[in-house]
Amino acid sequence: MVKPILEVENLCVDIDVPSGVLSAVQNVSFSVAKGETLCIVGESGCGKSITALSLMNLLPKTANRSADKLTLDERDLRGLREREMSNIRGDQMAMIFQEPMTSLNPTYTIGNQLEEAMRRHRDVSASEARDRAVFLLEKVGITGARGRLGQYPHQLSGGLRQRVMIAMSLMCEPALILADEPTTALDVTIQAQILHLLADIRDEFETSLILITHDLGIVARVADRVAVMYAGEFVETGTAEQVFNAPSHPYTQGLLRCIPIPGKTKRGAHLGAIPGIVPNLVGKMDTCHFASRCPYVDDKCLSGPVDLRAAFEASHQYRCVLSPKVCAGNLKSGTAA
Amino acid sequence: MLAYALKRLGIALLVALTVSIITFSMVYLPGDPAMALAPESASQEDIEHIRRVYGFDRPILVQYFDWLVNAVQGDFGHSHYLNEPAANVIFDRLPTTMLLGACAITFALLLSIPLGVLAAIRPNSIIDRIALTIAVVGQAMPTFWFALTMMLWFGITWRLLPITGTASWKNFIMPAVALGYYVTPGVMRLTRAGMLDVLASDYIRTARAKGLRPMRVLFKHALRNAILPVVSLAAVQFGFMLGGSIVIETIFAINGLGFLAWESIQRADLPMMQAIVLVLSVFYIALTLLADLLNAFLDPRIRVS
Repeated sequence: MVKPILEVENLCVDIDVPSGVLSAVQNVSFSVAKGETLCIVGESGCGKSITALSLMNLLPKTANRSADKLTLDERDLRGLREREMSNIRGDQMAMIFQEPMTSLNPTYTIGNQLEEAMRRHRDVSASEARDRAVFLLEKVGITGARGRLGQYPHQLSGGLRQRVMIAMSLMCEPALILADEPTTALDVTIQAQILHLLADIRDEFETSLILITHDLGIVARVADRVAVMYAGEFVETGTAEQVFNAPSHPYTQGLLRCIPIPGKTKRGAHLGAIPGIVPNLVGKMDTCHFASRCPYVDDKCLSGPVDLRAAFEASHQYRCVLSPKVCAGNLKSGTAA
Repeated sequence: MLAYALKRLGIALLVALTVSIITFSMVYLPGDPAMALAPESASQEDIEHIRRVYGFDRPILVQYFDWLVNAVQGDFGHSHYLNEPAANVIFDRLPTTMLLGACAITFALLLSIPLGVLAAIRPNSIIDRIALTIAVVGQAMPTFWFALTMMLWFGITWRLLPITGTASWKNFIMPAVALGYYVTPGVMRLTRAGMLDVLASDYIRTARAKGLRPMRVLFKHALRNAILPVVSLAAVQFGFMLGGSIVIETIFAINGLGFLAWESIQRADLPMMQAIVLVLSVFYIALTLLADLLNAFLDPRIRVS
């Protein structure tokens, strides 16, 4: 068994809001091995981005993070001072954000911002950092890289800016890259290019990747492992095959039913949708989080919190009182109809 | 950058031309300028004589262009009262006013920008509260009253600073503080608002995600973006100080341009007033131009549009 780069046990993030304490992330546990891709999937507001930001310790001041275990390359990240944490950020773990249009500083050149990412952590000369920037810009598929260094963000398209962000995340060759919906703001054609690029980069540099998305098509293409997140909790985790072939949680099943399948989904037929809205996470919640929207809800779901348990295999876990077969069988009949 | 600079320069020249037309027409504001110059006992013949001597009998366009060509060459006409070229008087007084203005704006910026930044880093903290208090008090307090209060305490009660004149650098402390303090609230609030805005932006998160130290994030990435509107405001305020130091210069008996303006208005010395308005306007325009160029230097996006 390969030693994991990142290990997270019972990560919780509570955010102070005017109406109380919002439990944005609740008892989330996962690990990422070297070169592995973990996809965290879920709808807007389910806590995906907060999970990523909490790993970087870039949460807003009103948020509190706690965890039973949080290690990067066997180093405990809990209780690190801001100064120690800033030494790790950008060096051992880097992050790519959702909004390439606004994620670069408009008043500095691309070259300046790339070089700075390296010179902060490595004792290199300006020209060495520049060469590294050119090398990586070429790597992420930007032509005329040396000339681009003098350009400003507003002179680049969204796709190019996201490539620059990816190159920037690679400046110090981090062990782990967190990509928070890196393609959401881009055109569909560019989305595919950026995804391929991330997958290539991961393979070439043996980087571990946590990809946060709400697009299951992306997950199917690049994920080794998948975690489905709902209302602050992981409701199903497993390998991509396990989750896609035998979705065991009613929410995962609902998500999969929302995707049209060419040849199978009839033209004009209704696509699946999950009725209802995400529950309010302010205050303590002592039931299954999905109960209010679940088609199979019964008294057992409302009697107390539901724990993760093994589905068909031990590495495939889901958070539901029902037997996994119920949902899986239902999904097949659902898509056939 | 050069194209942008030339464009801004062209606009500045057009503004200056417009100002010169308005300034020139000041002569005709009271009605017949010859009549205004003549003493009450003057006969119709005397008035006609004055009209010819001062050239008011020529077509108005000819008068304007004559005046403009002379002004561009540094000849702003003759002061009626002092019987001296207006230019000489102005350039005699200008350095004092410039020095006072420079001291005042330096004081204002040194006080307001750090306070604004601190208030933005810790919103609703004690520093923020203090800054807010300074802003409210500064905005509400009349300049002349503040100046007189300072005079009373520092000049008379404690005898720390000289009250009037321009004999030494100490003379400039109170006037500069009085003049600069009025500008502080606006600059500080703008710095605070700009910093709050920028600190919440995505590229600041990126800078932090790179592992940059807080000071570097603050001063390299945030301040440069937040300072842009402050540059424009400071330039306008500096121009305003040069012209608006009338009250302060009068109170502290500083022989500057503001004091001269006040004297000239009292003496109805029109050429002198014209010259002062024109010179101050040109300074104002130049400062705005400078602010635009500085902003273009700071923000590449401005250079394009």
